[in-house]
Amino acid sequence: MVPLEWYIWLATAVFAIGVAGFLTRRNIIIMFMSIELMLNAVNISLISFSYYLQDLRGHILSFFVITVAAAEAAIGLAIIISLFRNKATVHADEMNEMKG
Amino acid sequence: MLPQVLFLYFAFAIVALSLAVITRKNPVHSVIFMLVLFFHIAALYLTLNAEFLAAIQIIVYAGAILVLFLFVVLMLNLKEEVTEHRYISLWAVGVLLSIAISAIFLMTLSSIPLGAKGVFSPDVIASETHTVALGKLLYTEFLYPFEIASVILLVAIVGAVVLAKKRLKS
Amino acid sequence: METALKFPVLTPAMPEIIMLIGALAILMLDLIVRKKDFIALASLILAGLVAYNVFGAAGETFGGMFVADGYAMFFKLIFLVSLMLTILISIKYIEVERVNYGEYYSLALFSTLGMMIMASAGDLIVLYLGLELMALSTYVLAGFLKHSLRSNEAAVKYFLLGAFASAFLLFGISLTYGITGTTDIRAVAAYISENGLSENPVLLLSVILFSVAFSFKIAAAPFHMWAPDVYEGAPTSVTAFMSVGPKAAGFAVIGKVFLIAFASAKLSWVQVLIPVAILTMATGNILALMQTNIKRMLAYSSIAHAGYALLGIIAGGAEGMAGVMSYLMIYAFMNIGAFAIVILLRSEGFQGENISDLEGLSKTHPLYAALMLISMFSLTGIPPTAGFIGKFYIFVSAVNAGYTWLVVVAVIFSAISAYFYLRVVMYMYMREPKEEVRLTTSPAVNLALAISTAAVLLIGVLPSSVIDLAMYAAAGF
Repeated sequence: MVPLEWYIWLATAVFAIGVAGFLTRRNIIIMFMSIELMLNAVNISLISFSYYLQDLRGHILSFFVITVAAAEAAIGLAIIISLFRNKATVHADEMNEMKG
Repeated sequence: MLPQVLFLYFAFAIVALSLAVITRKNPVHSVIFMLVLFFHIAALYLTLNAEFLAAIQIIVYAGAILVLFLFVVLMLNLKEEVTEHRYISLWAVGVLLSIAISAIFLMTLSSIPLGAKGVFSPDVIASETHTVALGKLLYTEFLYPFEIASVILLVAIVGAVVLAKKRLKS
Repeated sequence: METALKFPVLTPAMPEIIMLIGALAILMLDLIVRKKDFIALASLILAGLVAYNVFGAAGETFGGMFVADGYAMFFKLIFLVSLMLTILISIKYIEVERVNYGEYYSLALFSTLGMMIMASAGDLIVLYLGLELMALSTYVLAGFLKHSLRSNEAAVKYFLLGAFASAFLLFGISLTYGITGTTDIRAVAAYISENGLSENPVLLLSVILFSVAFSFKIAAAPFHMWAPDVYEGAPTSVTAFMSVGPKAAGFAVIGKVFLIAFASAKLSWVQVLIPVAILTMATGNILALMQTNIKRMLAYSSIAHAGYALLGIIAGGAEGMAGVMSYLMIYAFMNIGAFAIVILLRSEGFQGENISDLEGLSKTHPLYAALMLISMFSLTGIPPTAGFIGKFYIFVSAVNAGYTWLVVVAVIFSAISAYFYLRVVMYMYMREPKEEVRLTTSPAVNLALAISTAAVLLIGVLPSSVIDLAMYAAAGF
């Protein structure tokens, strides 16, 4: 059997890649996709914990994470569209209306 | 032997695809790589006895969320994106932070004391199928969070309409 | 395995159920009612009705996932107070900003519902979902001024960093689940102390992940970067709401996770929270000194106040938690009072967000200047205002818990904060009016100002009213 740690290491790797994408990319949409990567990493860890704990709570939580991710995607993309209507940019470092 | 080989294939594919998602110039390519990534993650769930979640990973994540992303990327028509800088000027800080995070996590998570075992052994789940087991729990023990999730989806609808609609009647 | 579908007892969750049904009804009402003042009034009545029900509802239901104890009750009162004051200051403001839509009120109600769910969460899954319900509604509210680029940017920044923080929270929940096998907050606490996991590195990592996520939510340094921009760009009424409600909800879950679930690992999380608290007080107070925009200044001030409140968490125990709770209640009144004055300055074609716009307010509008003076004194913590009482009880609890040096640091930063709060007072009282300042007054804002100022003075003179209630509510810790 594959040890639990392997799965958690995989989750960690995906999580860290998501963090890196969030912190380095300029494009808001890619930043948002990096957050989705992080959520998927969490789901991998939850489901593998669930499997090794022989318990379904992790499955339930990851089910809710997917639900919330869908809601988040709808709202996040609506926010990006309403930004784009006023200023045709999707770059995080060009958002500088406020300084101080 | 076979489980290990399968796991290693999926692990390498998932990591490589994740890297592809965050490094592509063209957001459309990122979305496509993410789609392939989600199929791999769904397959990984299958190896963990989570058939229902593997299905919704594909139906909801790949089928709904990614299509939404693709719509927005195409709608905003980001042509100039391909010719511009991909990364912020301080990208090295982000990479270092992420390497630090993974190093700390990997060191800490080298041995995990597993908590109290539950009652849902693979045999129990196999006897009544994963979907039934999950559904029963969801509508009994986890009814309350399930209801909250429905409110969250409602707020998402209201919020998306408020923000994305061109003009609301005042 | 046969699982019978048992219908859960609903009475303890009555406030939430009324809130949900009411919010849905108001969402529908918006279709048929033209006059948005009526929607606002309906929301106010609903909030009052829920607040009335909060007192009667006690107990647990949904298999311990919903816990309506004194702790939850007190926090729900804070949320409802801030909701009602926010509605009052919004009515005229969103008309001036030309975003007078009924959805505004529904979203505020849903956001408050999310906070209430967080305050009475007995399970980490419920806690996460309540937090998301609150956050998603607030993201939309922050971007409610669709035609304003600043509001769009505020929403984008708030959304991205909020979602980023949620991912950390989830990883923390996942690790906790992995090492304990449960997500029920009290079962986690029991498992950790029974199996001697309090020193375990995985638990420590999970504590750090929770701290990161909660620091984002309460705008504690070094994860405060979003707050100034979001507070400045969001509609002022929403800023007032965000600086009180979600922050208080953040503290409610910090109390639940750190003081209940991780109670036996207190030594580890105190090590994490002490530097966070000091850094938060330092950045908040020092950066507030150089702000010219009053919303931005109040944003840094709100960061600083999160730092003070963290002292109560670090002190721990019933006394510390009661200090945090009464502090947050007092903060709701004084901060919304200050924001109400900022809202008055906003009129058709005049932004009124610079501190210099307040110049000579005492000459043109002496009453409003006096109300702002009281809010500023209270935020500084000058007796006999409520702000002093709030700080006093937090500091006393920290001293009693043996953190005298930390209190000394906090008092020093508190003295620094006098400079930027009193600068506002100086502008109002010592300067000549530049031009005729036209205030957009309305009965609703006046009422909100009257309530908040009365509360600030009353609690300042008779502190026992709030402190006793908070002590009673925090008795379980």
